[in-house]
Amino acid sequence: MTTTQRPVAEGLFTWPPAAGPLRLIGSQCAVCHLVSFPAAATCVRCASDESKERLLADRGTLWTYTTQDFRPPSPPYDGPEAFEPYAVGYIELPGELLVEARLTEPDPEKLKIGQDMRLTLVPYTVEDDGTEVMTFAFAPAEEETP
Amino acid sequence: MTEAVIIGVGLHPFGRFPGKPALDMGADAVRLALADAGVNWPQIQGGYIGSYEVANPDAIVGRLGLTGVPLRGVFNGCATAGTAVALAARAIETGEHDLTIAIGLDKHPRGAFAADPSVAGIPSWYGQTGLFLTTHFFGMKINRYMHEHGISHETLARVASKNFRNAAGNEKAWRRTPLTPEEVLASPVLNYPLRQFMYCGPNEGAAAVVMCRADQAHKYTSTPVRVRATSLRSRRLGAFEVQSPSFPVGEPVDSPSVDASRDAYERAGIGPEDVDVAQLQDTDAGSEIIHMAENGLCKDGEQERLIAEGATEIGGRLPVNTDGGLLGNGEPIGASGLRQIHEIVLQLRGAAGTRQIPGTPRVGYTHLYGAPGASAVTILST
Repeated sequence: MTTTQRPVAEGLFTWPPAAGPLRLIGSQCAVCHLVSFPAAATCVRCASDESKERLLADRGTLWTYTTQDFRPPSPPYDGPEAFEPYAVGYIELPGELLVEARLTEPDPEKLKIGQDMRLTLVPYTVEDDGTEVMTFAFAPAEEETP
Repeated sequence: MTEAVIIGVGLHPFGRFPGKPALDMGADAVRLALADAGVNWPQIQGGYIGSYEVANPDAIVGRLGLTGVPLRGVFNGCATAGTAVALAARAIETGEHDLTIAIGLDKHPRGAFAADPSVAGIPSWYGQTGLFLTTHFFGMKINRYMHEHGISHETLARVASKNFRNAAGNEKAWRRTPLTPEEVLASPVLNYPLRQFMYCGPNEGAAAVVMCRADQAHKYTSTPVRVRATSLRSRRLGAFEVQSPSFPVGEPVDSPSVDASRDAYERAGIGPEDVDVAQLQDTDAGSEIIHMAENGLCKDGEQERLIAEGATEIGGRLPVNTDGGLLGNGEPIGASGLRQIHEIVLQLRGAAGTRQIPGTPRVGYTHLYGAPGASAVTILST
């Protein structure tokens, strides 16, 4: 039996996984070159409405982080009723932007500002029919197995 | 240009008042402010009123008197009261009115604010996946700040302890049980490094401020408080702000608090060294620490020593949040900034009772900050 997965939203990251490497889908202003995530139709710097898609770097460094130790108000949160604390942070993608994301490591004592991080996907919730809903997250880069 | 002065302040206690509508709390606060100023509702020529939960706060005229007064609704999140005060002052400064009022009232349900991200122009996935919480921003901002400027967990706890102690001496405050720094540090983490007793909570309450032209103040009071400057700023591109799925890399950009603060000092012709008492947005203990520096009251990192020395205590050289701040009073959004003004006015009149700061304070300062990245500053003086 295979587990069915779906992305939490279209156009947020490359999908399906089989189609190629995982990347966040941002945009770049055609006039002033500002990089945005999620992809933005209008530039918040120069107000131009000409932009093109830009796949963002899949590696960066942890700029800051915190934890979520209580279940967020629902709606809008639609994660599982059985709450497991998680961490969130901003990852600096050099030359592009700082992106907010869930982190795979929930223990604040195991996270360090400045550490290397890599992009991944996590099933943040499972629907009644067993479908895993996937969102993007960053993992400590040293978690990788060679 | 005519100067606006504050001649009356009124505060309905902040807390939980089951069965009492927000409009009734607002009407009580208005009556207190009117009595303090020695004027009647029909004399009020114009006003501004703010609330998060009440869609038509201007319906308060049904409680106060149907005089036809132009009462305009305003909203800027946690900075709402800053806007109400600024516009009530502006109406006097421009000559539109001689006697105005600023009113704030709210009645929030328990718990963290819950809203759809679309209200902030953010896609739904941001809320569904558990990122749309303002408390994340506060945890992440102070975590980075502690890393960069050497602020300790103990200093966070001392700030919370101070504000609860100040609230204990304030009969209109909400959280009036003193807590030691050790007790604060023993409470559970909500958003690392912030703990349960380092956060303010949304609650209920109302406040009002009556103003008049400076040249008519003698008719009402011998202790007018001058509105020297009001300023509001929104976030600029590149600033690290609440509710941001991303922000640009590059040189750090100042927060709207820094921008509003600089503008207010310049307009007032008053510097941070002149401030005798300050009310700073302490959504959490970390925010108070950061806002000390963002409002020019100290340099980044100096807070560690200043707070250890007791500089921000009621008897210190820079008292901060003498009435308990948001930590001690909670945050009815529309009223919060008017509570700050109420406290500064009492302090400048020398009428703050057991929490009166020593000496003869001349300059008071109030600061608000909140979603979606807006800050309001008011500078008052005798």
